[in-house]
Amino acid sequence: MDSKTQQSRIPSFSESLSQTAVQAPDSATAPENRDPVVASPIREFLAGRGSSAFADRWFRGLMVACALSIFAIVGLIATELVLRSELSLKKFGVGFFFHSGWDPVAGNYGAWPFIYGTLVSSLVALVIAVPLAVGLAIFLTEMCPRWLRSPLAFLTELLAAIPSVVYGLWAVFVLVPLLREHVNPVLAKALGWTTLFSGPNYGIGMLAAGVILAIMILPIISSLTREVMSAVPHMQREAVLALGATRWEMIRMGVLRNARIGIVGSIILGLGRALGETMAVTMVIGNRPEIAKSLFAPGYSMASVIANEFSEASDDLYLSALIEIGLALFLVTIVVNALARVLVWAVTRGAPARAV
Amino acid sequence: MGVGIEVTELDAWYGTHQTLFKINLNVPANQATALIGPSGCGKSTFVRCLNRMHETAAAGRVAGTVRIGNLDIYRDAAPVEIRRRVGMVFQRPNPFPTMSIYDNVASGLKLNGFRNRRMLDEIVEKSLRHAALWDEVKDDLRKKSGASLSGGQQQRLCIARALAVDPEVLLMDEPASALDPVSTAKIEDLIFELKSQYTIVIVTHNMQQAARVAERTGFFLSGKLVEIDATHKIFTNPGDKRTEDYITGRFG
Amino acid sequence: MAEQVAISPYAGSNGNRMRRAVANHMATALAIISTLLVVAPLVAIFVYLIYKGASSLNFAFFTQIPKPVGEVGGGMANAIYGSAILLGIGSLVGVPVGIASGIFLAEFGRGGRFANLVRFTADVLNGVPSIVMGISVYSLIVLPQKHFSALSGGVALGIMMIPTITRTTEEMLLMVPNSVREAALGLGVPNWRSVLSITLKTASPGVITGCMLAFARVAGETAPLLFTAFGNNFWSSNLTQPIAALPLQIYVYAISPYDDWHRLAWAGSLVLIVLIVVAVALVRFVTSRGILKGAN
Repeated sequence: MDSKTQQSRIPSFSESLSQTAVQAPDSATAPENRDPVVASPIREFLAGRGSSAFADRWFRGLMVACALSIFAIVGLIATELVLRSELSLKKFGVGFFFHSGWDPVAGNYGAWPFIYGTLVSSLVALVIAVPLAVGLAIFLTEMCPRWLRSPLAFLTELLAAIPSVVYGLWAVFVLVPLLREHVNPVLAKALGWTTLFSGPNYGIGMLAAGVILAIMILPIISSLTREVMSAVPHMQREAVLALGATRWEMIRMGVLRNARIGIVGSIILGLGRALGETMAVTMVIGNRPEIAKSLFAPGYSMASVIANEFSEASDDLYLSALIEIGLALFLVTIVVNALARVLVWAVTRGAPARAV
Repeated sequence: MGVGIEVTELDAWYGTHQTLFKINLNVPANQATALIGPSGCGKSTFVRCLNRMHETAAAGRVAGTVRIGNLDIYRDAAPVEIRRRVGMVFQRPNPFPTMSIYDNVASGLKLNGFRNRRMLDEIVEKSLRHAALWDEVKDDLRKKSGASLSGGQQQRLCIARALAVDPEVLLMDEPASALDPVSTAKIEDLIFELKSQYTIVIVTHNMQQAARVAERTGFFLSGKLVEIDATHKIFTNPGDKRTEDYITGRFG
Repeated sequence: MAEQVAISPYAGSNGNRMRRAVANHMATALAIISTLLVVAPLVAIFVYLIYKGASSLNFAFFTQIPKPVGEVGGGMANAIYGSAILLGIGSLVGVPVGIASGIFLAEFGRGGRFANLVRFTADVLNGVPSIVMGISVYSLIVLPQKHFSALSGGVALGIMMIPTITRTTEEMLLMVPNSVREAALGLGVPNWRSVLSITLKTASPGVITGCMLAFARVAGETAPLLFTAFGNNFWSSNLTQPIAALPLQIYVYAISPYDDWHRLAWAGSLVLIVLIVVAVALVRFVTSRGILKGAN
C-alpha cells in the first residue's frame, strides 16, 4: 500500500487499487449472496456500510418530532391560558368583555376599557399608517429610481427591526413632547368640534399610542403591500398602458385593483401586530382604565394592563382575569393573522415566496 | 470490472401515468449500450429504474425485475446499496456547489464514512485521471470549488465523482446534451475509454453519439422498447419499421 | 393636432385631459410625500438615538452594574451579560427546533397537507403577541418552579425564534437545486447524510442568515421577559434565578423619573440598535449577494 511503488500508468481502476491495498477478506467470511465481482477495497468498504434505513428513519422521525413540537407549543400556550383563566371565565362569563369596571380591591373585573383602548389605538394607527404604507409601496414598486430602491427598502426594514422598547423610549422623550407642544394644540383648534381632539392635553394618551403604533406597523404593511403589488403580472400593467392610461391610472386600474385583496390582507396583518403590541404602547398610552371620547385622553390597552399589573396581581381572581385578557388577545390575533394570510396568499399564490 | 444487467417485464409509473411498459432487455458487461428515442419515450425513466432513482420522485413506482450481476436490485438490497454500485451521471452537470474539486470527487466515499486519507488522495487522483480532468485541475484541487469549472469540466468532474466509488455499472443520462461540441467530444472519448472497465448505459438523443460510442443500441418509443441490437445493425438495417423511420428522420 | 391627441395619454376633451394630468401628478406627489413621511421618523429616531446614546455611553456602561437610586453613574454590564445568557438559551431552544422543522417542511413534507398545517401553525406562533408568550411561559415554567428564572426567559425567547428560523430554513432549502440532491442520492449517500452534509450545507449561508434575523428580533424583546427573566440589579448567572436583560433594564429606566437613568436607557438603546442594525445589514448583504452563489 505504498503509493511510491505504484506504476505511473494506471492499468485498470479497480485492479490497481486491489493490488496496492490490504488483502480483501477471503470469501469464506463474506456473506453468501455477495457478488463475486466485489473485489476492490472500495467496493468492500461500501458493501459493508449497510442500508442506513434505520438511521434514515430516525432522522426523519426527529425532523417530524420538531415540526410537531410547533403544534405542541401552540397547544400548550392555548391550554395554559384557558386553564389559568378558568376562575375568571366561570365567574364573569362573556360579560367580562363588555363590562367596564376594573377594581382589583373590590374584586370587580371588566375588560371593556382595555378592549376599547386596544381597538381605538389600533384604529388610529391604521388610519395614519395605511395611506403612508400604500404610498410608500407604490413609490417603491412603480416610481422609485433604481438606485434609491434598495436603500429605501433597507431603511424600512430597519424600521421593522427596532425593538418596541426603543420606540417607547423615543416616544416618551420626543414624540409625546412634540404632540403636546405643537401638534395637539393645532388639532384641538382645527378639529376640536369633533370632540375627538379636545379636553386636557397631556401629550400621553390614545393619540400618542396610535402614532407610535402607526410608525411600528408601517414597515409590515408596506413590505407586504409591495410584495403583493409586485406579484401582479406585468401584462396587467401593459394592458392598461396600451389603452393610453397615465401612470396613475395604470397603478390604480392595473395594479391596485388586482392587488386589493392582498393589500387588505397586509393591512389586517398590520392590525394583528398593532393589537398585540405591548411595550411602546404601555409607555405612552397613559394607563388609565377609562373610556373617553377624546383621543387626547389617557387610556389602557389589553397588552398594557397585563404588562403593568401581572406581577402585582395578588389574588387568584385578579391573575385569572389578566390571563383571560391574554387569552382573548391570543384568540383575536390568531383569527386576524389567519385571515390576513389567506388574503395575501390569494394574491401571491403562484408568485415565488419571499421572506417578509 | 463491470457486470451485466438483466431487465425483465419492467413497468414504471408516475402517479397513475404509466411511462414504461413491459421492458425486457439485457445489457452485457463491459460494453456501452446506448438508448435512443424521441423525448418523452421513457429512456430516461428506464435508466433511473436501474439504480432505483425513479422511486425518489414522490409518485414514482416500479414493477418487474432488474438483476445487476446476480443481485435482484428491487428485492435483495436497499436503494442506497444499489446506488453505490451503480453510478450515475446526469444530464446537467451537478457538482456540489459548496465543495472543492477534491471534496466533490471524494464525496461519495467521505459521505459514506470513508476516512482513510491516504487512500482518498490516491482515489481522487485516479478518478480525475480516469475522467481526463487531472491535468486541468491538479494545481487547485482544494482551492477551487467544483462550481467554478466550465460546463464540460464540471461534467467530467461528475464522472470522476461517480468513478470514485468504483461502481460496477455507470449510467449516463444524456451526459453531453448541455455541453459544447468540444466538451462533448471529450466526454465521448471518455466513454470509449471507460467501457473496457465498466458496464455503461448511455441515454442520448443524438444518434451519431450512439453510433460512435456504443456496441449495442436500443430504441425506445412511447414507453416501450421497440428493439435492441448491435449498433451497426440498428443504424444500417433495423428490424422494425418504426426504428427505421426514427433514424432516417421520417419520424415526428 | 389630431395625431398628437391620439398618441398622448391624455386623449379626450381638454377638461378631461387636465383632470387626468393633475390626478397623475397629485398621485406621484402623494407617493413621494408619504415616502418622506415614513423616512422622517426613522431618521429622527436614529439621529436622536445616536445623539443621546453616544453622549451617554462610556466605559462604565459596559463594566459596572446599576447604582442605587439617587447615585449618579453605574452601567448595564450585568444586563448585557444577562441578555447574552438569555439569548444563548433562546438559541439553544430555537435554532435546532427551527432548523429541523424547516428541514421537515422542505425535504419531507413537501406539498403535503401536514406540511401546510405546520406552516400555518408556525405563522400562528409568529403572530402570538409577545406579552401573551410571556404569560404563557410564566404559567408553564415560572409557576411550577415558583420563582422567576433566566431559564424561563430564555425558553420564551427561544420559542419566539422558532417560526422565523423554520420559514427561512424552508425557503433556503427549497432554493437548493434538485440536481444537487439527486447527485448525492445517486452516489448512494444515505438520505440523512445527504440532507445534512449536502442540502443544508449548500443552503447554510441563508439558514445562518435566518437564525441571525430571528436572533436580532428577539434580542430587543421586552414583554416576554417581564414575568420570566424578571430583571435583576446584580450580577447573576444562575439559570434558576431572575436575571437582568438589556431591554428590560431600558424599560425600567425609561419610565423612571431620574435623568441619570434616562441617560443609561438611551445608551442601552444605542447598544441594542447597533447590534440589530449590524445583524440586519449583514443579513441583507448575504441575501443580496445570492444565497447560493455558484449553484446552478
